Amino acid sequence: MTERMITYGEAIREATAQEMARDDSVFVYGLGVDDPKGIFGTTLDLHKEFGADRNFDTPLSEDAMTGVGIGAALAGMRPIHVHQRMDFLLLCMNQLVNLAAKSNYMFSGAMPVPIVQRAVIGRSWGQGAQHSQSFHSYFMHVPGVKVFAPTTPHDVKGALVTAIRDNNPVIFMEHRMLHNTLGVVPEELYTVPFGKARILGEGEDITIVGISHAAVDSVRAKHHLAEIDISAEVIDPVSLLPLDIDTIVTSVEKTKRLLVVDVGWLNCGATSEIITQVFERLQGRCDFQAKRMGFAQSSCPTTKPLESAFFPSGKTIAQAAYELVNGSGANVWVPHAEEATEVAEFRGPF
Amino acid sequence: MLDNERERAYRSMYRIRRVEEEIIRVYDTDVIKSPVHLSIGQEAVSTAICETLQPDDVVFGTYRGHALYLAKGGDLNGMMAELYGKADGMARGKAGSMHLVDTSVNMMGTSAIVATTIPHAVGYAYAAKLKKTGQVVVVFFGDGATEEGVFHESVNFAALKKLPILFVCENNLYAIYTGLDARVGATKLLDRVRSYNIPAEYVESGDYDDIHTAARRAVQEIRNGNGPQFLECMTYRWRDHVGPGEDRYLQYRPDHELDEWVKNDQVTKLGVKLNAVHRAAIEAEVDASIVAAVAYAEKSLFPSEDELLEHVFHD
Repeated sequence: MTERMITYGEAIREATAQEMARDDSVFVYGLGVDDPKGIFGTTLDLHKEFGADRNFDTPLSEDAMTGVGIGAALAGMRPIHVHQRMDFLLLCMNQLVNLAAKSNYMFSGAMPVPIVQRAVIGRSWGQGAQHSQSFHSYFMHVPGVKVFAPTTPHDVKGALVTAIRDNNPVIFMEHRMLHNTLGVVPEELYTVPFGKARILGEGEDITIVGISHAAVDSVRAKHHLAEIDISAEVIDPVSLLPLDIDTIVTSVEKTKRLLVVDVGWLNCGATSEIITQVFERLQGRCDFQAKRMGFAQSSCPTTKPLESAFFPSGKTIAQAAYELVNGSGANVWVPHAEEATEVAEFRGPF
Repeated sequence: MLDNERERAYRSMYRIRRVEEEIIRVYDTDVIKSPVHLSIGQEAVSTAICETLQPDDVVFGTYRGHALYLAKGGDLNGMMAELYGKADGMARGKAGSMHLVDTSVNMMGTSAIVATTIPHAVGYAYAAKLKKTGQVVVVFFGDGATEEGVFHESVNFAALKKLPILFVCENNLYAIYTGLDARVGATKLLDRVRSYNIPAEYVESGDYDDIHTAARRAVQEIRNGNGPQFLECMTYRWRDHVGPGEDRYLQYRPDHELDEWVKNDQVTKLGVKLNAVHRAAIEAEVDASIVAAVAYAEKSLFPSEDELLEHVFHD
């Protein structure tokens, strides 16, 4: 039997529909979830299957609607709040950080808040400064919130099921460049756990940790590096909090080199956190070199040439890895690389 | 009102008053070690409204939550131990006065960030409507909360979805030391609320019976499936915004305003309507329960240090 291939976006819709069918308490809401485009198809027509009460559009009131989800969760529901761009999560921060994250702790277990915030990170075709940000590091800072950032169609389905069934607030990061990627996805329900990284490709010379879409670029970098006989191990954390630091530490013990690539800025970011945790574990018994890559330390520009320079790519990741392996005095190496197809072909607008 | 209803209401209001007075008494000894926002003077609002509710109905409130907690039937021993930061507190000392909770009586945990529980109540009401539980949800908040954007977003959504929720604004005129006139251009809150298509009523007197009558009508409308209702109840905080003290010395509000509200004390006014023997019995029983609650809190142990990281996540 051939294995079924569907897209990342289709996997999200399938996980959602199967969970809604399994559990009446699951509902979906957010701006545009029941419109004709259905969040790139990820929520398309769910209201026709499960009723308008369980897949509904909202007023443009992100603050209150986050609180509404919390309140519904306190009443035993499992809401999924969808944000077409993660940038809008800033309007939800008060409810997420001051209320949802603290509810279970502050009330010693009497008021758990099982909510999922699906948040899409934009990129390409001029998303600009306010449709391209990712705030996972903000949430990794706060006790009481879990953070998922699955990369593959297989993992996004299983991770979303896990997020829905979890009894805590979950930030569920989806990168817009991933929604159309194809992968093998089982039809039946399954879970992908928190706190378990996935090794996307084994290697001996350097460990590259790629978060969300940066994992795809890191695999591209691995292919480039293979052409010059550098063997890179690529790790997709899948879950940022809890973080599977063991898998990364084990890899770095072997390779002695760590490159962490993020879909976000570097300062106080996920890359800093990962490298620090590896250092705390390995200091005194295993020396290793480390480097971070992520957004340029600017807002995201709209114009294409600057936008291309703002993000790491398979090419620049490979070059950074090459330098880490050969030292910064090494000859310049320019791998032959086209722009990533999902980036080049994207025409949005959403 | 029937005699037994009146006695129940008096017991509730007297209990709130006496608990607050007991907190004032012990506060100087620093056994509480945390801010308290007392409800003295505002007992009638929580009590009158909770007396119209069923045990299944759900209430959300604020950091000034002692009155609501007690009016909804919250456990007094658990509250006092919570204020003392003890392990027998409702939240094992992690919540304290500002975050009282007793889900066994559907008193949901309170928040110290103004207006933030308003959307929670709306969301709870959405779930109640979806699941057809028949519950009424009531959310209490101060006048300051109505200036937050989330208040407006929340009442709009409740009106849009015709949710079974009663909004109760306890208007005590001041946000800490800043009067309403310094905060809003249009002081008629009800005009704003009505513009969202929510029936709204104003109870100016502070009188227990007036609040009760308005609440009973509003709750019945909600039970009939007619969507949200709004009550603005004028009331007055006798003490400082935070802490046990009086605050006349600050002179941010006129003395006569407080004097008039003290003259209008609803605990006293309801008390004199009771049979004297019954009243004495109620007071004796409540007084004894408060002595017992303080003893319970004193005797309870502090949580052990290994509880620090418990409940960060729910299993």
